[in-house]
Amino acid sequence: MARRARGTNVREIEMKVNGIAYHETVEPRRLLVDFLRDQLGLTGTHIGCEHGVCGACTVLVDGQSVRACLMLAVQADGAEVTTVEGLARDGKLHPLQEAFWEHHALQCGFCTPGMLLTAYELLQTNRKPEPDAIRDAIAGNLCRCTGYQNIVTAIQAAAQAGGRA
Amino acid sequence: MKPPAFRYVDPRSVADAVGHLQEHGGGAKILAGGQSLLPLMNLRLVRPQVVVDINRISALAYIRETDGVLALGGLSRLHAVVGSDAVTRRAPLLAEAAAHVGHLAIRHRGTIGGNLAHADPASEIPAALLALEGEVVATGPRGARTIAVADLFRGPLSTALDPTELLTEVRVPITPPGCGSVFLEVSRRAGDFALAGIGVLLQRDGEQCARVRIGVCGVGGTPLRMREAERILERSGVTEDTLRAAARAVEHAVAPSDDTQASADYRRHVAGVLTVRALRQAWQRAGREGR
Repeated sequence: MARRARGTNVREIEMKVNGIAYHETVEPRRLLVDFLRDQLGLTGTHIGCEHGVCGACTVLVDGQSVRACLMLAVQADGAEVTTVEGLARDGKLHPLQEAFWEHHALQCGFCTPGMLLTAYELLQTNRKPEPDAIRDAIAGNLCRCTGYQNIVTAIQAAAQAGGRA
Repeated sequence: MKPPAFRYVDPRSVADAVGHLQEHGGGAKILAGGQSLLPLMNLRLVRPQVVVDINRISALAYIRETDGVLALGGLSRLHAVVGSDAVTRRAPLLAEAAAHVGHLAIRHRGTIGGNLAHADPASEIPAALLALEGEVVATGPRGARTIAVADLFRGPLSTALDPTELLTEVRVPITPPGCGSVFLEVSRRAGDFALAGIGVLLQRDGEQCARVRIGVCGVGGTPLRMREAERILERSGVTEDTLRAAARAVEHAVAPSDDTQASADYRRHVAGVLTVRALRQAWQRAGREGR
């Protein structure tokens, strides 16, 4: 739980990120996405619009997708967070990551971490989503290379390959 | 950008939260889901001296049925509202409207109390609650008071809530048997704010329209109740002619403005089209209910 450090406007927080426990001191105004990137060095989570429109910073907090730019790090005190760095296991890409690679679902790659985590969450609840359901799920994630077609194809392919793992 | 520095408090009770609000008055902001407040803080359009984070007040997250009323704690996440069996069965219009708010990641954090207190005129929940004739409970230093949703909105992002009050509960009359309801909207993309949206609750008595309530969003400075359209249908039933008359009444009653998303004329037109579609669908659903 958060303890107030004496005399200054900072808090101590504990968080498990991709299975690793961290104990850190943060200013309350520090956004979760900046905490992950700047304080933990997990730069896989990208910062796009910083006001909740683009979805690039999507991470999972206690298993649920959130915009990491619309949550303060102190609010994730005690939570378990999954970022794109947490998808691969034992040096092996997640089936979704494999499918994105295979199907050319990224061009510049900026939206990819958010797309992957959004797709990961979708496949947790819908093992074989139709293209419409995929498009609906990723509607909150902007790809400015406009490579949506291949992203949809990749998510479908991962689902067919049993990409829930 | 990043939020400017603020003092952060995260009380564990409503009384403590109200205490902080009372202490800091207009300098304090309540942080619920943060899906509207944090963008404003990141853009530095809002610079609170104190942020009162109510997310650790677990007693404010509940959905329960009591005495013909569905009561939702102010901190109920929109995702929970959408998935709630009680809401889906007892006030399906609210569940349907909540599913239109933002994207899943937004609904995981966003709360029903925060949605109402923020008072975005394009938001879906206020329009649905106008049609459902809901009310909210505001808790302040002098205790709790009830405000009808119809009296809550004063203008864009402006409500009847006092800066020292916390929106602690939303109360919705349980939809009686024989009713059909529907929420429809047109937006540029799934999850965006509505260019125009409509919530309809319709009670059918055979081929008569016993009662109808219509709330719209995105077409004025506040969500609006469409009383003239309601009167037309309650007086003359649901026919192709009365549907057209109701749509004309809605087009006349709304007050949309131009912005980068759509022109006022287009919004007005969409509101009329949605009126016909929503009423027809609610009428059909009520017919299925009655059998």
